[in-house]
Amino acid sequence: MAMVQPRSIRARKLGAHLALLGFASLVVFPLLLVISISFREGNFATGSLIPERFSLEHWALALGIPWERTDGTVVQPPFPVLLWLWNSIKVAMASSLMILALSTTSAYAFARMRFKGKAPILKGMLIFQMFPAVLSLVALYALFDRLGQLVPWLGLNTHGALILASLGAVALHIWTIKGYFESIDGSLEEAAMVDGASTWQAFYHILLPLSVPILMVVFILAFIMSIMEYPMASVLLLDEDKLTLAVGAQQYLADHNQRWGDFAAAAVLSGLPITLAFLLCQRWIAGGLTAGGVKG
Amino acid sequence: MFVTNASRGLPRHRSRHPAERYGRWALRTLTALLVLATLWLVVAFHLRGQWMFSLLFLVLGASLAIVFGKREWMSHRYIFPALAGMGVFVIFPLVYTIGISFSNYSSSNLLGEERVRAQFLDRTYQAEGQAFDFQLVREGNRTRLYLEAQGAVDPEGARQLVSLPLAQAVEGQPLAIEPTEAAPSGEALGMREVIARRDRLQRLTLVTPEGIELKMAGLRRFAPMLPRFEANPDGSLTDLREGILLTPDQETGFFVTEDGERLTPGWPVAVGLDNYTRIFTDPDIRGPFLQIFVWTFVFAGLTVVFTLAVGFVLATLLQWDQLKGKAIYRTLLILPYAVPAFISILIFKGMFNQNHGEINLILENLFGISPDWFTDPSTARTMLLIVNTWLGYPYMLLLCMGLIQSIPRDLYEASAVDGGGPLTNMMRITLPLILKPLTPLLIAAFAFNFNNFVLIALLTGGKPDILGASTPAGTTDLLVSYTYRIAFQDAGQQFGLAAAIATLIFLLVIGLSWLNLRLSKVKV
Repeated sequence: MAMVQPRSIRARKLGAHLALLGFASLVVFPLLLVISISFREGNFATGSLIPERFSLEHWALALGIPWERTDGTVVQPPFPVLLWLWNSIKVAMASSLMILALSTTSAYAFARMRFKGKAPILKGMLIFQMFPAVLSLVALYALFDRLGQLVPWLGLNTHGALILASLGAVALHIWTIKGYFESIDGSLEEAAMVDGASTWQAFYHILLPLSVPILMVVFILAFIMSIMEYPMASVLLLDEDKLTLAVGAQQYLADHNQRWGDFAAAAVLSGLPITLAFLLCQRWIAGGLTAGGVKG
Repeated sequence: MFVTNASRGLPRHRSRHPAERYGRWALRTLTALLVLATLWLVVAFHLRGQWMFSLLFLVLGASLAIVFGKREWMSHRYIFPALAGMGVFVIFPLVYTIGISFSNYSSSNLLGEERVRAQFLDRTYQAEGQAFDFQLVREGNRTRLYLEAQGAVDPEGARQLVSLPLAQAVEGQPLAIEPTEAAPSGEALGMREVIARRDRLQRLTLVTPEGIELKMAGLRRFAPMLPRFEANPDGSLTDLREGILLTPDQETGFFVTEDGERLTPGWPVAVGLDNYTRIFTDPDIRGPFLQIFVWTFVFAGLTVVFTLAVGFVLATLLQWDQLKGKAIYRTLLILPYAVPAFISILIFKGMFNQNHGEINLILENLFGISPDWFTDPSTARTMLLIVNTWLGYPYMLLLCMGLIQSIPRDLYEASAVDGGGPLTNMMRITLPLILKPLTPLLIAAFAFNFNNFVLIALLTGGKPDILGASTPAGTTDLLVSYTYRIAFQDAGQQFGLAAAIATLIFLLVIGLSWLNLRLSKVKV
């Protein structure tokens, strides 16, 4: 609390509140708009923010229930949104759990052990991670095409391929977790090892329980990254019932046939859980973003 | 910081706990199984002639065996899985991409030479001579083909033939047909049913008692089909219908006629630096490439500046002790970061719609203008920057808030005593103090936006297109989306050219990351 206070403090506070409110409404406007459109009749964007003609049609269609209009026509759900959502969650769960396992064990070795080639490997991983997956898509496509001829569940158009392909993106997570491990005093594990614990036991029983918060953060970040992954899924997945939400959702807004209302309902349905999860964990995530980074 | 006993070469302690001993054996068995599985892949890929993939799994299997087999590599066991993941899914694709950039791999040169040759040898043509009209005839629950010779009577063969029931046809084997005196007694099926069974009929081969093979040559006809090409011992093909010689050209990857005409499909061959020379010399590629190159830098740079400016100002406001309700503002302001990007980008795509989007509706009512967001290059670029600032500032906001918290409060006290206002505080204390730790993160953000594929793909798709470009190139394309379009959109699928651009981008990104590591002085 500042002890010396200028006289104009009230006016300034008011100004700050107004500025923040103005900006916040600018930010929230598109999101409110989508919620409003999802409850509105028809597939157009125009109309007032509070729906004049309220309709649950888009929501029924998004949930996969055929909808009967007042004039008797029955509208079939255009896309299997729930299936896409389930695909996304399945892929994201599996890949973020695997990423977490891989990056935690590696981060442990990098934080606590001394071995040959440690510094170059760490830096090299960071450099290679900067190369976006979009650019090696041709190669990844070829890899899974060939692999699929031998191992069918790893071929093109399988979720196995998508999960496996995400395992390359571990470098940033390793750095984050490593930064956190280094902030924990190593003498705890050394004490355990003096008492006869093996390296693995010291890691599993001493260090891991102490680092649950950062592991949560990394899991959430990996999960969100995987849910939002677009380029790889768009090339590796082909059939409509295999698509993830990120790839499927854009079919609503094809150039010539924009199903704006249907999209809005599907977007709220699928985006809301992720948004809520993120907001609940925001404090941890903010900590995680800076934890592994700057120490110099 | 320690070195494990095992990697020092000290004797192993024999655990008193059976669980731990069994655990070790389980680990060994798992390793052995994994090594065997990779070896199987190595052999399988080798037998298919795909030596790149065979080599990949050989390296993977061998390193797995070494790291988990020798106790000196104990510490590396912890990092092996992550390194293997990066190796297979980041570094191998990268090397493979660089390899492709020296070849003419594309949709017209896709399959291996052997597969191309086999495709040519599979081709048939309809021989001169007898053709048959056919009818599908249903007798009870059996269907037969009834054939009637067209035109003049062939002295050798029969004029009317009937096949065995179609249900007896075995996939891949010819179905016998026999001479008959008159049409079968059953009901002749119409054209609709013929079309319904077209796929099956096309796979069918009929064989007459004389041994002539007939294949479907149209919706009404069966005719003798002959193989069109014949393989010669020296690797060339003879076109039996035209009577010309086709020689494989290993320089271009096509079979060529004596006049130099190329026949598609071809196969991939090494073309050296051709793709790179094309990028830098062909004016229809160089022009768009340079334009996209510049725009990519401008886009990434401006995005970082705008998001930082918005995020920093909001962060300083939110750090003000006197302000109430900060938690609510904070939650509202990081919403764009919390909503999945693919959803918010599509929301903006709808909002910016020229004819019935909300934004043009508001602009029309307030100022009487309605910009062409998607068809005019400069407004399309403006739109991208607006949307990306909306998407990106919360990240900067979170970073700035984290960093501002570590600035000692008494600096502001001292400033207040000396009569410094909020603006002075912001420019003289806060900004200089957080800019240094922020720099590496800004470079990372620059690199991220340099490669921001999802935004472009979902919002504009690179459009409006650059006129006169010989590859698919748009005025809002970034280098990544440009590469993606060359590789996966349109009929061309020029993987070689795309790989060459990808390699150039990789060099740029390597430079950026190296700069980042130098600036942030990362200690390992």
